[in-house]
Amino acid sequence: MRLVTLRQATIRHSGAPALENVDFHIDKGEIVTILGPNGSGKSTLLRAIIRAIPLSAGTLERAENLRIGYVPQKLHIDPTLPLTVERFLSLPVRISPDEAEAALSDAGASGLRKRQMTGLSGGQMQRVLLARALLSKPDLLILDEATQGLDQPGSAAFYQKIETVRQQFGCAVLMVSHELHVVMAASDRVICLNGHVCCEGEPAQVASAPEYQALFGTGTLGALALYRHEHDHSHDCDHDHVGKGHEHA
Amino acid sequence: MTFLDDFMIRAALAGIGVAFAAAPLGCFVVWRRMAYFGDATAHASILGVALALTFDVSIFSGVLVTALLMASTISTLSGRGYAMDTLLGVLAHSALAFGLVAVSFLQGVRVDLMAYLFGDILAVSRGDLAVVWSGALLVISLMWWRWSSLLTATLNPELAQASGINPQREQLVLTLALAVVVAVAIKVVGVLLIAAMLLIPAATARIFSTTPERMAFLAVLIGCGSVIGGMYMSFSADTPTGPTIVSTGTALFAAASLVAVIARSLRRP
Repeated sequence: MRLVTLRQATIRHSGAPALENVDFHIDKGEIVTILGPNGSGKSTLLRAIIRAIPLSAGTLERAENLRIGYVPQKLHIDPTLPLTVERFLSLPVRISPDEAEAALSDAGASGLRKRQMTGLSGGQMQRVLLARALLSKPDLLILDEATQGLDQPGSAAFYQKIETVRQQFGCAVLMVSHELHVVMAASDRVICLNGHVCCEGEPAQVASAPEYQALFGTGTLGALALYRHEHDHSHDCDHDHVGKGHEHA
Repeated sequence: MTFLDDFMIRAALAGIGVAFAAAPLGCFVVWRRMAYFGDATAHASILGVALALTFDVSIFSGVLVTALLMASTISTLSGRGYAMDTLLGVLAHSALAFGLVAVSFLQGVRVDLMAYLFGDILAVSRGDLAVVWSGALLVISLMWWRWSSLLTATLNPELAQASGINPQREQLVLTLALAVVVAVAIKVVGVLLIAAMLLIPAATARIFSTTPERMAFLAVLIGCGSVIGGMYMSFSADTPTGPTIVSTGTALFAAASLVAVIARSLRRP
């Protein structure tokens, strides 16, 4: 089932097009990752899908009553705003403490219910944001560079959680990521964006691209191996180049 | 009993009405960093006073219209190439200046400027009281009705959008509420001190709050406390009432901050 379809979508920011003639779709249960350099329109695409910005041209179709769980890049909370995790989860719809606790445990953040939002670490914050996104029982989970600011083991653990969540909830996942190895391990489809769709396909197709092999040498298997080992050691800086590397992909 | 004198009761009720409306709205002003926005809107209302006197309409409607115009002008101009603080600085002070110039043009009307700049709470009539409480009830119901959406939109516009809340609409609700609060508060604390009624109770309440609801509730209590305490002080020391109310609020804020600092240092052995 098609959840979201964009046809020939163009979005202009004060005249200059941020996205031009983009065709995009995502189906039920699919994991799609968007790659691209800074300013390539990755976040713009996500914001168009949640209808935060209008299309200048083209069409956006969403499945009827589509429920979206959105995990922003990061959430800045003004220190003047007192907010417990529990209260945050109840925005905008009130939920019971049991529901809150269940959502937190689904997202791997049990025990944080009574904490202040401003006192959470980066990893805890992302898990709480995930918990809130799961509360609406989403058909589509959207993650905008959700692991920015987390260290490598932290983000690997976060993406493993996403995989578990997808199996549990059967939702589609659309994410922007800088971490190619994660993309290779977990995505059904990869889209390279640079103002327009440069290329798209299964991770294996991208993996066989000369640029990708020059960067990683070992191909998909190696990337999977990295992905699987990462959470074992916390001072792993072998693949620092991964984040920078993908900009040339 | 002096406090049962009619004008004192009316004054206290008017002050409490303003505190009820200003405190929850003030929380949003603090959370969204709109302090200067509130100031600019309030300052513009002196222009509203001049217009109301010129065209012989009620002060309330003149002020409401100019406050709305000012607030929507700022909302529209923001994000169009000007730094927000510069824009607000220009608008706030020029609105005040134009207002004062406009008032000086009024012929044949003796305008007690001080009453509009600093409020004249002791001269509140029954009619004024009705206006203050209608405005206050309108603002409180707006806040109550939109509370969850306002809070979500304040937290993060995209998060709100993804939950089907339109952040622009919530901004409009706040703009409208602000204009109403300015229009009802002008009689009580005056143009120059309205922002204080918004900010000081909210800032004091923050110290003792763990949830947004608690902060709004405490801000109402602190606002009412400042009004009653300030009126009592003003009565016994024969000082101007509006400024004394604000001074009392500030004293509460200072005391609360001090208590918080001491409590924190005691907890850290």
